[in-house]
Amino acid sequence: MTAPAIELKGISKAFGPVQANKDISIRVMSGTIHGIIGENGAGKSTLMSILYGFYKADAGEIFISGNKTEIPDSQAAIAAGIGMVFQHFKLVENFTVLENIILGAEDGGLLKPSLSKARKTLLDLEKEYDLKVNPDAVIEEIGVGMQQRVEILKALYRQANILILDEPTGVLTPAEADQLFRILGRLKEEGKTIILITHKLREIMDITDTVSVMRRGEMTATVKTAETSPEELAELMVGRKVLLRVDKKPATPGDVVLDVQNLKVVDEQGVERVKGINLQVRAGEIVGIAGVAGNGQSELLEVLGGYADATGTVTLNGTPIDLTGKHSDGRSRRDRGIAHVPEDRQREGLIMDFAAWENTAFGYHRDEAYTSGLLSNNAAIKADTAEKMERFDVRPPHPHLAAKNFSGGNQQKIVLAREIERNPDLLLIGQPTRGVDIGAIEFIHQQIVALRDQGKAILLVSVELEEILGLADRVAVMFDGQIMGERQTDATDEKELGLLMAGITDTDKPHDFAEIEANLAHAHGDASKGA
Amino acid sequence: MDFLALFDLSVLDSTVRLATPLLLACLAGLFSERAGIFDIGLEGKMLFAAFFSAAVAAMSGSVWLGLLAGIAASMALSGIHGLASITFRGNQLISGVAINFLAAGLTVLIAQDWFQQGGRTPSLIGGGRFEPIILPFAEAARSVPFIGPIYAELISGHSILVYVALLAVPGTWWLLFRTRFGLRLRAVGENPAAVDTAGVSVVGLRFVAVGICGMLCGIAGAYLATGLQAGFVKDMTAGRGFIALAALIFAKWRPWHALWATLLFGYLQAIALRPDIIEGALGFRVQVQLLDALPYILTVVILAGFVGKAIPPRAGGEPYVKER
Repeated sequence: MTAPAIELKGISKAFGPVQANKDISIRVMSGTIHGIIGENGAGKSTLMSILYGFYKADAGEIFISGNKTEIPDSQAAIAAGIGMVFQHFKLVENFTVLENIILGAEDGGLLKPSLSKARKTLLDLEKEYDLKVNPDAVIEEIGVGMQQRVEILKALYRQANILILDEPTGVLTPAEADQLFRILGRLKEEGKTIILITHKLREIMDITDTVSVMRRGEMTATVKTAETSPEELAELMVGRKVLLRVDKKPATPGDVVLDVQNLKVVDEQGVERVKGINLQVRAGEIVGIAGVAGNGQSELLEVLGGYADATGTVTLNGTPIDLTGKHSDGRSRRDRGIAHVPEDRQREGLIMDFAAWENTAFGYHRDEAYTSGLLSNNAAIKADTAEKMERFDVRPPHPHLAAKNFSGGNQQKIVLAREIERNPDLLLIGQPTRGVDIGAIEFIHQQIVALRDQGKAILLVSVELEEILGLADRVAVMFDGQIMGERQTDATDEKELGLLMAGITDTDKPHDFAEIEANLAHAHGDASKGA
Repeated sequence: MDFLALFDLSVLDSTVRLATPLLLACLAGLFSERAGIFDIGLEGKMLFAAFFSAAVAAMSGSVWLGLLAGIAASMALSGIHGLASITFRGNQLISGVAINFLAAGLTVLIAQDWFQQGGRTPSLIGGGRFEPIILPFAEAARSVPFIGPIYAELISGHSILVYVALLAVPGTWWLLFRTRFGLRLRAVGENPAAVDTAGVSVVGLRFVAVGICGMLCGIAGAYLATGLQAGFVKDMTAGRGFIALAALIFAKWRPWHALWATLLFGYLQAIALRPDIIEGALGFRVQVQLLDALPYILTVVILAGFVGKAIPPRAGGEPYVKER
């Protein structure tokens, strides 16, 4: 039997008191796709950073194809045949594809020969692996799917035999993700070894041969994918049984709560981000907005939340709300019964350096219960925060702890507790589970469904299709500032929504990937013109 | 009224000479900022170089030793800036301000200690100065109509450092856009993580850039004290480092644009020296103080962003920290 492509023995790494990796051993066989799954903070990224020379392990050994290898820096990793595709691409935005590919791997001091050699090599690689890119395109003008292929090509150009991909589908539409998986399959056929880091169980089940599960810095299991199930993997990840599906009864929609007519948003650069959309949300239903990030969903939330101007008509319970002027701000929206859990909780939902109790009061600090005369009643706020933390199972339940010291899931629970507990008529919620652990996802979803069952209207914006399909009752798909279509979630699937997300409305006909990508690139180009 | 007098050859000639230190400092800033290190210490480095070049030239009688001393002094300050902002990831603006203060104080202090002439160096004579170079056939060509005087007055008759500065423009362009070093330098100012993950040292590249910046500032300072004038006087840079920064923004961090931008500033400085010409052109007298202030007014206008949108290198001013 040949030696494994990568073998790690007893890798440990601590950051101060935090043990990020504890005695991790793993064997990745050559020519396979090996998944590594685990929650945020389980230590996956640390482990891969050690393998790519970003960190030095405190203890342990690395073997590449049976040879003990030291990897003190990225250069050594590249020399050992390891290529890495990071979650956040490491590309120079205003360079061309070709320039990005040769950066750090040039032949000689002058650029011209390096560029023409790379151009030839790129053609060969394109043929061999079906990786299509335009070598002269500038990175900031191409879509994320193509940017990701540039990253893969960068690794292949450096003759990588082992490819590590960190959360590669986070930014892709379903069609783009499928295309990526086809490429990975092709790479595997050609004998490359692939390590896929993800938190998405379905991807693991779809394309990996073997899967390793990490929890709290330890490798808890390595199993053959064919011999396991999503339920088992989730249990291994979290350490207890988890409900993967959202448990909810069919919705019983009541009166229209939110009515949006012909809403248009123009940004500071004068680019129209929302191009006249119509949308209704009824009491007792969850309406999901699906779409690739940057197609106008954020602007929609900002307008409804009161911190961006717009034109059009928006009525709440039959009464119009101001879209510009001094009665169009967060405070007036809250007074009208709109609560908002923003998309970026660390920038818009919380002040990271402030304590949990201070964050709990934000926006509601004029409440009678929180004030005594002109002064704020800190004791009351703290007591209320402690109570909320208890009810929302925030860990650790200390109101004095700064927001930045909580995990992503617990931060989100603090924001959610603040907004939900005000008994709003309409809840706006953006990316409720981005960067949140499976265990906390389950809890947050339950809270949202409970609010719906109390007869509240909920507008949910998420880039996770799975979340929308599981949580929402109805879904509207946004593309290029418009709503491409609405569907009942129990009568549609990822494939149909994926086409709508790419701006293709005749979802019954077959479409090829090139057409989808061309459409996406067009919308992307529109967006980048304004930026 | 005589508008043509505004472009009198003698005015253009001093434009070139006055633009030279600005151009060198501007290119110095270009290297540094293209690599992602903001440098408001150009002024201090030039001043330091001006003093040390003049001091060494005065003592040794050799302007070339003076030039080397100026470059070394400026690069020493660059080293401090690099240490503070690259190695220790400090705030680049604060480090730059510190360098300016340090240079303003130290030059006068040391000058007084060494020469006892009230914070200046002795006047440079003979081999202590860069003399004008008369290009071949300059005198003979003077009689050729139109082109002759331009060659003799404007092109010929500058000190060698003027020609060095002018050649540095295509040199910088070639280095930046035609070589591996240039590609990496531009990349490290845009996205250092991309350079790092490609296996190239971010710290190394940035130190080289800061070093080149120090060298060019050194030449600029030496030119001020040994070419443009004959010796060092207190605060002789007179804000040229900041004007160069404004020119850099005006030039959108491009070498050829830097040449045009600094020539414009040089022209404003040159015309301010000739109020008689202005009066002749406009038909009324303009206050000398107002003319003197013109380059600085333009600097403020540019820095306030009135000259179109200039996008600085994206990673500029940010210390690079490896992220997980």
